[in-house]
Amino acid sequence: MENVFVILVGSILVNNFIMSRFLGICPFLGVSKQLGTAVGMGMAVTFVMALASMFTYMVQRWLLEPLGLGFLQTISFILVIAVLVQVVEMMIKKLSYGLYKALGVYLPLISTNCAVLGVALLNMTENYSLLESVMNGVGGALGFTLAITLFAGLRERFELTDMPKWMHGFTGALITAGLMSVAFLGFQGFIR
Amino acid sequence: MMTIIYAVAVLGGLGLVFGVLLAVAGKVFYVAVDKRAAEVLAVLPGANCGGCGYPGCKPFADALVEGEAPANGCPVGGQELADTLGAMLGIDPGYSRRMTAMVLCQGTVDHCKPKYRYQGIKDCLAASLVADGNKSCHYACLGLGTCVAFCTFDAIRIDTRNQIAVIDPDKCTGCTVCIGRCPRKVLSLQPAGTPVQLLCHAAERGKLVSDNCTVGCVGCDLCDKACKFGAITMVDNLPVIDQEKCVGCMMCAEVCPTTAIWGDFDNRKEAVIEREACIGCGICKKLCQFEAIGGERKQPHVITEACTGCGACVEKCPKKCIHMRVRRHLRDALDNAEARAALAVFGNDRE
Repeated sequence: MENVFVILVGSILVNNFIMSRFLGICPFLGVSKQLGTAVGMGMAVTFVMALASMFTYMVQRWLLEPLGLGFLQTISFILVIAVLVQVVEMMIKKLSYGLYKALGVYLPLISTNCAVLGVALLNMTENYSLLESVMNGVGGALGFTLAITLFAGLRERFELTDMPKWMHGFTGALITAGLMSVAFLGFQGFIR
Repeated sequence: MMTIIYAVAVLGGLGLVFGVLLAVAGKVFYVAVDKRAAEVLAVLPGANCGGCGYPGCKPFADALVEGEAPANGCPVGGQELADTLGAMLGIDPGYSRRMTAMVLCQGTVDHCKPKYRYQGIKDCLAASLVADGNKSCHYACLGLGTCVAFCTFDAIRIDTRNQIAVIDPDKCTGCTVCIGRCPRKVLSLQPAGTPVQLLCHAAERGKLVSDNCTVGCVGCDLCDKACKFGAITMVDNLPVIDQEKCVGCMMCAEVCPTTAIWGDFDNRKEAVIEREACIGCGICKKLCQFEAIGGERKQPHVITEACTGCGACVEKCPKKCIHMRVRRHLRDALDNAEARAALAVFGNDRE
């Protein structure tokens, strides 16, 4: 149980997917203009990553390894993730059309979000159990949500500040992201 | 060999399972999408100008299909498009009032006092940066032609002698591009062909306005009092004319001491009673708010000069013997150019 907690905290703060692993930067920059959409995106990614961790574990351990098909890992993981994203897209369209519109093109892009594939592959290299994999997925996604929410809040205020014009938009966003990454580096060494 | 077969079987099997899963999910989470939205989008002008109040043509099409937007919502397409959309969607096309941009200022150099002699760049924005423009009124059209460059329909020209922008209402499509470009905010989208129009937007106290300009609205409230149909409300020292309620009696333009309210007096109407059909019931006489109908009971009624052409009597006449026609002017009677010129010297040349 202790191990699960360490994995959770580790993937949220220490090995934050965006801030220290630099995975999933596309939606991080693309959907972080408004706080509301950023939180919605975080929730969608959390859902996809938790399920992806679970299903990829099942596919890997119960299907590929017994049959000695380890080399099919990447392609079957991509398949799983693509299907999950499709399901999530349908669900969001049904449950919250506003969020569906706000997420726009970034919603299908979750399927190409390298954080999702990254967490699935990391789970396998770290030899996590099913529970640990899911916790790593949930933790990683919560870390993503944390980062994108903080970043969106910063960007919203940033747009209102009296900055030189060239600092508005992506220039400022990238500098802010860099500084945030430095801040997250402070968590390094919490766990070994 | 077996590995290849396993690999194919596993991937194929996974694909099949996921396919079934997606098909089921598609049924469970099915959202009805109206296919008409695409058809509607195809007939819209596609300018994405935002004149309808929606972010672009697509959201407007969606709103149309959902029944939220009116068929006549698109100012660019006009009545023709409204009819097409009405037929496509089976809804009431409605009356699409053509909108045009208007210069809400009559402050030509003769009327609006110049503040200083401007000799800089021929651009309204540049001029308004120098002590708030070269005309004494803060709200005046500077007439340097910033808007002209943005009009793609060649509908704006500058009257250089009078230093004011003039919009050709026939060429203007109401696309609103110029409105956003005017640094003086003097351009405004207004319904075309209305009988009266306030041509001033100086929301200052009357004294300030009259010091600066002879044709500015001083907020005297006379038009509000003169309007017998409740179409005028005073907002920020300016009368707001509700064109829905306006019947075109032009009393507001008539009483306006500064002619800030323009009236289309050329096309002012008057009522005429068919003497033969009138039974002298007195309904119209009682109804007329301008005491313009005379004549005894049981005798054919007569309409006097006081008629403003509001048309209130037409509907109520039980014999339907009152008709509206364009009022004849003294000017039309005088057919020679000399007399016309003489009239123009005396009166308001619009009247």
